[in-house]
Amino acid sequence: MAEYWQDLQNQFRLNFIDDDRWQWIVRGLGSTIVITFFALILGVVIGVVIASIRSTYDKNLETYKLRGGIVYPIMRVFNAICNIYLTIVRGTPVVVQLLIAYFIIFASSRNGIMVAVIAFGINSGAYVAEILRGGIMSIDHGQFEAGRSLGFNYLQTMRFIVIPQVFKNVLPSLCNEFITLLKETSIAGYVGIVDLTKAGDLIRGRTFSPFMPLIAVALIYLVIVLILTRLVHRLERRLRSNER
Amino acid sequence: MSGNHLIEIDNLQKYYKGGEIKALDGITNNISKGEVVVVIGPSGSGKSTLLRSLNLLEIPTGGSIRFDGVDITDRHTNIDLHRRRMGMVFQHFNLFPNMTVLRNMTLGPTQLLKQPVEEAEQYAMELLQTVNLADRAAAYPDQLSGGQKQRVAIVRALCMHPEVMLFDEPTSALDPEMVGEVLDVMKGLAEHGMTMVVVTHEMGFAREVASRVIFMDAGKIIEEGTPSDIFDHPKSDRLQSFLAKVL
Repeated sequence: MAEYWQDLQNQFRLNFIDDDRWQWIVRGLGSTIVITFFALILGVVIGVVIASIRSTYDKNLETYKLRGGIVYPIMRVFNAICNIYLTIVRGTPVVVQLLIAYFIIFASSRNGIMVAVIAFGINSGAYVAEILRGGIMSIDHGQFEAGRSLGFNYLQTMRFIVIPQVFKNVLPSLCNEFITLLKETSIAGYVGIVDLTKAGDLIRGRTFSPFMPLIAVALIYLVIVLILTRLVHRLERRLRSNER
Repeated sequence: MSGNHLIEIDNLQKYYKGGEIKALDGITNNISKGEVVVVIGPSGSGKSTLLRSLNLLEIPTGGSIRFDGVDITDRHTNIDLHRRRMGMVFQHFNLFPNMTVLRNMTLGPTQLLKQPVEEAEQYAMELLQTVNLADRAAAYPDQLSGGQKQRVAIVRALCMHPEVMLFDEPTSALDPEMVGEVLDVMKGLAEHGMTMVVVTHEMGFAREVASRVIFMDAGKIIEEGTPSDIFDHPKSDRLQSFLAKVL
């Protein structure tokens, strides 16, 4: 047993203490968090815009057709653009998207982190959009009608009546998407970014002992996910206690 | 131009599938201030479509509706401003489940009419008192019975100081023992001179409260008149066979 402990300690020293290798992990974690955080913001912004266009189109299709005017063709074009975006993003692997972004679209940029933020943000936006749209469409149509019949216009009805109900309903799915995003950033190594995963892998390559660095990386992801889950859980509970 | 009528319906049509299905097939009618118009008819006759057209929740495919002299079917009319003056009560209540009863009632007045919160709440409490629900002001809709929900829905609409109230089968989703409490509230409104258009299957209510009854079938008005005209001296065969089934 003592031998085993000694071995573990040696492994630990080799992988994290010698040559200050722990700094790889810290810097990698930093990159992972930066990419996830900004991609998250970008994804939510894109998601809200796309979901607004798509659900507005779906909800008002009949009105547009009957009342005529310029709004209908414009909304049709916007809706079509959104559909193309969703199809492409959801129909191709995120690794391929990242590679295309880095080596083709932003080939002149050497700022890998920024490219990763954009690529992951655009990818996540598609999923966030569909989560939000699903949430909006799941609200009973009577809620819209009640709002409109009181004299709220479409946007006010969304803002005061529908969105508050949607937010609570989609929170679990959104949380899920954020966790997925965090873990997906582990492919950032493909384009030369030293994120958490890549850092662990680099240490493994130096020390030729895979156990310590890879398990450490896995544990760090796990801890972040657990913290995220806990926070969302608490938020959810608070939102629900407002209701009943 | 507008005469004495609050609502003027002129040759209103609602066609689906290019005229194959005619939910409303040329409805012409006028509703005056203070009238209580009850619309009856078999299901699928278009009575709900007619009611929902009055505040444009349903968009007609032809004809026009003038409310207080303004053509609200004109695409350049701001329908939101007119809807504030028309209260609507739905079959399924449509209360906002994430808000208290009081908040349900004050949302419109505070956000749309820019009333101060205290003023809106004070008026809401007065209205709640009239329907015996003042003690439920802080409750959420899920905590109320069907009859209570519908009474809240009625006073929520009243908070906007509407000039006409539209009722779309307000008692159809209620347990039988709760129908009475809702009808009583509506009766009270009628007695206070509120202009009302009511789509309902409650023939007793129609007979007792209506100033005019309209019988619809297949998207058309078949017969209209006083409750006594309609219920005691029905002229058309279709009304007679309808009454034979429901009375």
